[in-house]
Amino acid sequence: MIRTVQQLALRLLPQVIALAIVLAMIAAVFPGFFSFSFQNGRLYGSIIDILNRGAPVALLAIGMTVVIATKGIDLSVGAVMAICGAVAAASATHGNPLVVTLALALATGIVCGIWNGFLVAVLDIQPIIATLVLMVAGRGIAQLVTEGAILTFNDEGLIFIGGGAFGGLPMPVVIWIVFGIAITALVRRTALGMLIEAIGINRRASTLSGIQTPVLLIAAYTLSGLCAAIAGVIAAADIRGADANNAGLWLELDAILAVVVGGTSLLGGRFSIAASLLGAMIIQAINTGILLSGFPPEFNLIIKAVIIVVILVVQSPKIRTISSFFARPARQNGGER
Amino acid sequence: MKFVNALASATVLAACFLSPVNAADLTVGFSQIGSESGWRAAETTLTKQQAEKRGIDLKFADAQQKQENQIKALRSFIAQGVDAILVAPVVATGWDEVLQEAKDAEIPVILLDRTVDSKDDLYMTAVTSDLVHEGNVAGKWLVDTVAGKPCNVVELQGTTGSSPAIDRKKGFEEALAGKDNLKIIRSQTGDFTRTKGKEVMESFLKAEDGGKNICALYAHNDDMAVGAIQAIKEAGLKPGTDILVVSIDAVPDIFQAMAAGEANATVELTPNMAGPAFDALEAFRKDGTLPKKWIQTESKLYTQADDPKKVYEEKKGLGY
Repeated sequence: MIRTVQQLALRLLPQVIALAIVLAMIAAVFPGFFSFSFQNGRLYGSIIDILNRGAPVALLAIGMTVVIATKGIDLSVGAVMAICGAVAAASATHGNPLVVTLALALATGIVCGIWNGFLVAVLDIQPIIATLVLMVAGRGIAQLVTEGAILTFNDEGLIFIGGGAFGGLPMPVVIWIVFGIAITALVRRTALGMLIEAIGINRRASTLSGIQTPVLLIAAYTLSGLCAAIAGVIAAADIRGADANNAGLWLELDAILAVVVGGTSLLGGRFSIAASLLGAMIIQAINTGILLSGFPPEFNLIIKAVIIVVILVVQSPKIRTISSFFARPARQNGGER
Repeated sequence: MKFVNALASATVLAACFLSPVNAADLTVGFSQIGSESGWRAAETTLTKQQAEKRGIDLKFADAQQKQENQIKALRSFIAQGVDAILVAPVVATGWDEVLQEAKDAEIPVILLDRTVDSKDDLYMTAVTSDLVHEGNVAGKWLVDTVAGKPCNVVELQGTTGSSPAIDRKKGFEEALAGKDNLKIIRSQTGDFTRTKGKEVMESFLKAEDGGKNICALYAHNDDMAVGAIQAIKEAGLKPGTDILVVSIDAVPDIFQAMAAGEANATVELTPNMAGPAFDALEAFRKDGTLPKKWIQTESKLYTQADDPKKVYEEKKGLGY
């Protein structure tokens, strides 16, 4: 047990250091960064903003990690967010109770995920192409649901999911942390995680050794669809409306980036959900930091790019080899997970 | 004799003017970009309404955001021998050839909402709004409203580098120039979306002493303002009173916010571009008057005093 904790700590070390450096940089340009207050029944401060605004990417990153571990990729999550947000908004404006609204939205996400999984696992289409279908078509579907307008709603229950608080934390934060722990427990306390890694390393060998590859692949994409659905409901609830054109736009790329910053290889195999979540927080910390710093908006993307390139370079295998050369004793029990 | 002549021509003119029969044989082709936004949907609705009101037979073609579809539509309009063509060009370049074809067929072309980089003798006129002027109207309203009191303004810009963002910023800054009591203390992009508007406003509020340092918000479109209003409320402040909110576009939702006292003013980007276009066309057909090369639409200012509830009901059905 102690050994696993140690291994986990070592695995997460680069991400934790990166996050700490990013936070320190923000605190340097914006001194009030770490200040907290308690307002409207919840904690209020920039750190909370990062956790809260990072919720959609964090949720997407959970599903994306599992999909990437199978050597796949899910480009459709942004569009699925838009569809599920639209479904939730449409259901709320029809006056359905919250339970029905949520069930419909999550079911939509699951259906989208099963569709992707079917294309990849059964029809054997390359994941990048298979999920591209829904990425392109998804926004059209969402627009059909909202009829091209921003569909606003006043359902208090649904709004609570985006703007409410539970135990002093904003609801979206609670949701992604709980969901992240639940999925981590599911894949790590059972053999599921290892089987997923096996598929990612060698799908054919896994199938031959008796793993139900198609079922697990469909399950991975379904999880990703479910994550996108939750993220979509949160995004819609946050602005009290479903914006089919802009909800989740380009977030699939942020989610993939979060996974990569978290150190999971795009070639599949070993993965860490916790590291991906840290990656999502690093990205959001950079975004929020740029907003707080007061730089002109023309610099936003440049600053983000520079920081992320630095993080990726530091994590690259060559740099690791060089650094381990200088710190050989510390790498004795260098578990990767 | 002269008098009789004059009378006769006056009667003929009046007859032309009054009878809808004359307009009924007018066929106009309209090539719309596609349904990229609620505003464009409203523009399509209003164009159809205007045509129906005037008894014009409107042939509508949706280009689905592709220039080649628009060129195809224009060629088919020319082949059908329509009396005039309205086009909302999706991009500015690449129109010379098809516009020349229309000119050779003596079909006047009117550009709606956007312009093209072709020589201006290839089209009759362009009906567009003046983006700089819109920013200017918003800025003037703020200058008049704060009336000399010191006021720190935060600005939510549109998508970085887009022409509405550049021009609406420029117009607003022009209106504020020389007014030392007004200062733009923070300016960030909110990408024209509600989500980003809310997120950026949250950070503005944190950075400026919980919002106590901010007296007004200027947003380049209403959607960002709607998002920012929620952020202001969640920070425990009253939008509309603690922080003045002025934005541009006049979409229905901002009127709801104005009716609730949460937004103060908006500048309309009218979706009725076809009205002035048809006016120009009818004048041209009546006595050959060529309109100016640029018809500027009105950038009307709406405030809480303009019965926002009523405007909301009017605008709601337009497809925004």
